[in-house]
Amino acid sequence: MKSNRQALRRREWIVEKLLFFAAVVSVFTTLAILAVLLFEAVGFFGEVSIVDFFTGTKWTPLFRDQHFGVLPLVWGTLLVTAIALGVAVPIGLGSAIFLSEYAPEKLRKTIKPLLEILAGIPTVVYGYFALTFVTPLLQVIFPEMIIFNALSAGLVMGVMIIPMVASLSEDAMMAVPQSFREGAYALGARRHEVALRIVVPSALSGIIASFILAISRAVGETMIVSIAAGSTPKLTLNPLESIQTMTGYITQISLGEAPFGSLEYKTIFSVGLTLFLMTLAINLVGQWVKKRYWKRY
Amino acid sequence: MIKQSRRKETWRKIKGAIVLILCLTGIVLTLVSLAALLFDAFQQGLPWLDLQFLTSFASRRPEQAGILVALFGSIWVVGLTALVSFPLGVGAALYLEEYAPQNRFTSFIQLNIANLAGVPSIVYGILGLALFVEALALGRSILAGALTLSLLILPVIIIVSQEAIRSVPATDRQGAYALGATRWQVTREVVLPQALPGMLTGTILALSRAIGEAAPMIAIAALVYVPFTPTGPLDRFTVMPIQIFNWVNQPQSEFRGLAAAGILVLLAVLLSMNSFAVFIRNRYQMRGR
Repeated sequence: MKSNRQALRRREWIVEKLLFFAAVVSVFTTLAILAVLLFEAVGFFGEVSIVDFFTGTKWTPLFRDQHFGVLPLVWGTLLVTAIALGVAVPIGLGSAIFLSEYAPEKLRKTIKPLLEILAGIPTVVYGYFALTFVTPLLQVIFPEMIIFNALSAGLVMGVMIIPMVASLSEDAMMAVPQSFREGAYALGARRHEVALRIVVPSALSGIIASFILAISRAVGETMIVSIAAGSTPKLTLNPLESIQTMTGYITQISLGEAPFGSLEYKTIFSVGLTLFLMTLAINLVGQWVKKRYWKRY
Repeated sequence: MIKQSRRKETWRKIKGAIVLILCLTGIVLTLVSLAALLFDAFQQGLPWLDLQFLTSFASRRPEQAGILVALFGSIWVVGLTALVSFPLGVGAALYLEEYAPQNRFTSFIQLNIANLAGVPSIVYGILGLALFVEALALGRSILAGALTLSLLILPVIIIVSQEAIRSVPATDRQGAYALGATRWQVTREVVLPQALPGMLTGTILALSRAIGEAAPMIAIAALVYVPFTPTGPLDRFTVMPIQIFNWVNQPQSEFRGLAAAGILVLLAVLLSMNSFAVFIRNRYQMRGR
């Protein structure tokens, strides 16, 4: 009897430790990401000055005349992200307002699964779409545009993040209590006035958080830019030109364009660290906005 | 006075119509993009999609090329990923919901999981390359790929599993504790059976995201010609998204058709996984009533 109870207690103990281990794996993952990126980046910065890396305006690690200025890659990322947001923010917000304030329940229930399909399509498919469908279409409008360009990649990336902006914003709007709307209607407000002056301002923190998450997704998105944006890092404002993003560069090196262990190979860790820190900062701001301005009605 | 207010009223009406039209345009543009994307893939891909495509290896000659190796690679990688990530994710969720004390360390774990969910997938690829491929010397193997994908989808599985656990009524637990059950007995006999369908649904959806991931897989597997279907977890491999990426990047237009056919196969696999998840969810809801 006694040994039975002891066995039971031991099993309880073992199970708890096992479950604890499973929970701690996530902490180890973060530590491993930091350790790998920092360790390899330190090796890299032993050979390339960290100041040159963050302030240099030329990125040519694969040329004979090597320059390691990360700014063109960061700029490429920001350019594509800006185009993507230009698509996703108005369209996503408009869709969200329509779904939450205008659409009858039945229509809403038909459209939401379609948005989920759009959200579930693999990014390599979006890349294919950008290169084989959107780029030729854009070339009709801009005949001088080359095949690989920032515009097409940015537009398609925008389409990719529409579902995210739409569904998160819609969730925030649906959380606004019905009594707010009824009060406004009772005062004689029209539907668009209720939507724009009551619902959107009340749901603003959730809406802005959805924009910030969208920025983070766009910055980290890899396949669309690898396929459609080209591989020429440059500081340009012209979206019709070929550019390269941080993620696109990491893919290019991963494809085996630099020998294992070489300085060129190590660049993926320093670029990866830059990317990781950027997305981490954006995500933390997003969480902060959501928490800071979260109103529970 | 009356005239003025009437004009104001007309203006309000016009404004309302404009807002409605703009919002409608948003949703229509979204749906048109989805339609264009699917139409493009079907139009380009259907002519290439036949039995020969499904049963052939990759080839330099487009008319002989097929997706067999990549399809098997994807199945292997996702199968192993499921074996690793499901127990880990469920275990972590059970710990956080049923065991963890409410202290700083627990909320740190929770915050950390939320942040990991936002790390770009290519960063997981770099981690897997350095940790699994090189440091643990697994090479560019299926196992290295599966472990990388497991870490990638672990945060998602933990979060959905926690939600499933939270939906189990507290009274059920209290009843079992009152009868003298231990914590693990309550967790195993009361919490797990009720939370399992939700956990499974969430995990399948996470796996369907994993099967479409190209970026981290390129870092692990690189772009190589694999002339055999895998026979074990330490074999070299390729997966469908890499194969599609490879074909998209070929200059000849025939390969674009192959890429589209590959996309159709990938979408078919995704669709069947998602249907399976929905099936589990519905079946469970039926029983709940």
